[in-house]
Amino acid sequence: MTTDKIVAKNLQVAYGPKVIIKTADFAVKQNDIFIIMGGSGSGKSSLLRVLTGLMPPAKGTFWVDGTDYPAADDETKLEIMKKVGILYQSGGLFSSMTLAENVALPLQKYTDYSPATIDELVNLKLALVGLNGYNDYYPAEISGGMKKRAGLARALALDPEIVYFDEPSAGLDPISSTRLDNLMKDINQSLGTTLVVVTHELDSIFAIGTNGIFLDAASKSLTAHGNPHDLLKNPPNETVYNFLTRGKEDEKTA
Amino acid sequence: MATPDFEIKSSVLTVRLGGNLTHVESPAALFQAAQNLETKKISVLTEGLKAWDSTLVSILFELQNISHARKIGFEAKGLPQGLARLLALAQAVPQHVDKVVVEKEPLLDRLGSWGINLFNIFLKGWHFTAENLAALGRFATGKTAARKVDFLFALEDCGPKALGIVSLISFMVGLILAFVGAIQLKTFGAQVYVASLVTIGMIRIMGAIMAGIIMAGRTGASFAATLGTMQVNEEIDALKTMGVPVSEFLVLPRLAALVIAMPILTMLADFMGMLGGAFVGVLLLDIPAVEYWRYSWQAWGLTNFFVGLFHGFVFGFIISLCGCYYGINSGRNADGVGVATTKAVVAGIVWMIIATGFITFCCERLGI
Ligand SMILES: Nc1ncnc2c1ncn2[C@@H]1O[C@H](COP(=O)(O)OP(=O)(O)OP(=O)(O)O)[C@@H](O)[C@H]1O
Ligand SMILES: [Mg+2]
Repeated sequence: MTTDKIVAKNLQVAYGPKVIIKTADFAVKQNDIFIIMGGSGSGKSSLLRVLTGLMPPAKGTFWVDGTDYPAADDETKLEIMKKVGILYQSGGLFSSMTLAENVALPLQKYTDYSPATIDELVNLKLALVGLNGYNDYYPAEISGGMKKRAGLARALALDPEIVYFDEPSAGLDPISSTRLDNLMKDINQSLGTTLVVVTHELDSIFAIGTNGIFLDAASKSLTAHGNPHDLLKNPPNETVYNFLTRGKEDEKTA
Repeated sequence: MATPDFEIKSSVLTVRLGGNLTHVESPAALFQAAQNLETKKISVLTEGLKAWDSTLVSILFELQNISHARKIGFEAKGLPQGLARLLALAQAVPQHVDKVVVEKEPLLDRLGSWGINLFNIFLKGWHFTAENLAALGRFATGKTAARKVDFLFALEDCGPKALGIVSLISFMVGLILAFVGAIQLKTFGAQVYVASLVTIGMIRIMGAIMAGIIMAGRTGASFAATLGTMQVNEEIDALKTMGVPVSEFLVLPRLAALVIAMPILTMLADFMGMLGGAFVGVLLLDIPAVEYWRYSWQAWGLTNFFVGLFHGFVFGFIISLCGCYYGINSGRNADGVGVATTKAVVAGIVWMIIATGFITFCCERLGI
């Protein structure tokens, strides 16, 4: 039986009086690749900020592994966040540390592995994202796509149970983007990691998505919930249909 | 603690994976065996492996790397699908090897390049200064890309918003000057000259210097941090490619604002310093207020006053040019902005002191 990893109930996202998402109810199952879809400005990044604890929900709550996250005390929150990896939109690497030091940081902070073990884990994580041998580079010395991959290596450092991605393929060439999709799928299948992914890329959505939600900017609400393939077959409304077919329709008419 | 079993038999290193292999520490003995020249092949057998995590993958990855480096065989049988896939993924992109080799130059060459570098930096700074002075001329006639709002914002920031701190610090400096002076003058019974001392000291130089140092730390640093962050965000690149002159668009409003504000702040500092002196003189040293006023007025001279203002005016140039120069030439990361800010403040203060020395020398020669 699959269990629910993240459950949101009546979740409202707002910046002060400015409501971005009125109410959202959804469940992310264990081992899902859960896609948060929606147009620009629909509140995808904001929802991610709430789910990763950077911002409290305005109303409602969500549970991670059965724990009410916003209501938990600081210690419990930290325990939960240790099981979570996050890839920020621009990598979020610390500019004063080399890539190896960036990846080693969570390992040094949260495990008691010996330095040799940490070195090997760092080598592996960097190799997994295709950055084998870039250990001693500083973030300023690598390209945008490489920063993103290095950020992923850091997010994967602790073998997290959940990894959040904010627009992982933005700014990547098609080949790197496909490679990243495959990497995400591999991590999902080989380590059993649950992935929550914000993305616009239709190719990615259909290639990797097993579940997801659609946020609508106009109605400030969640207008669809389910597997992207099913949503395409039975679109619940026009916006979702347009979003999911845009690329393909264009190709047909072109 | 769980660790993979291994043995070497007839030049083959056999590694057995079984049971729970999570949180495995780096097995130094195993790697040594793999590096052993006797070992001609590495073979990994999986029997009843129940659990594994990244630590096990990293060990297999390291073994694989050793086998590649030593050009010996590596085979792994019966690995769980996920593990095999991660291992393949890790090997998918070959290791990046840096080919850049930095050769160490002989001492004389290094000294030479250091000198040339220093000269180039001065040249660059001079070009920057000249360019912006020319732009300031055009700004006066209103023919530049600078936006009025930027200028007004900068003016507000280095004018009204700086009044409080400049007032406070100069008041304290006047106070200290009076105290220290009084101790010496008391021995001659000439306490009343505290008034002259504070007045001349403040208006001729201290007012301008105090305002300058405060503004270098406050506004010069903020210019450098703002422009440095713009450099990091590629905003300056965008301006350049749009053909908007950076010096006019970014430097000019700040330069003009500070050059206007500094003489005014200097006057304020002069006044507050004298007030601080009077506070000590009248209230603590019991000099009659009328006397204090008379001696102050005698010491107050238009020449001194204008020399002070001129200092303030020059400091305005120095602080804003240093702040903007280091901001625009900042490194493209958080560290870079920090370094740029430090340099802007340090360079600003150093150049202010150099300028003071130069102006004092000129005044001396001209008999002012
Ligand atoms: N700090 C903030 N304060 C106030 N409003 C904000 C803030 N950050 C974002 N918003 C608003 O929230 C809305 C959603 O922004 P968000 O960044 O979550 O969108 P998004 O779906 O991630 O868009 P994109 O796909 O372009 O990244 C926007 O209308 C934005 O103006
Ligand atoms: Mg976003």
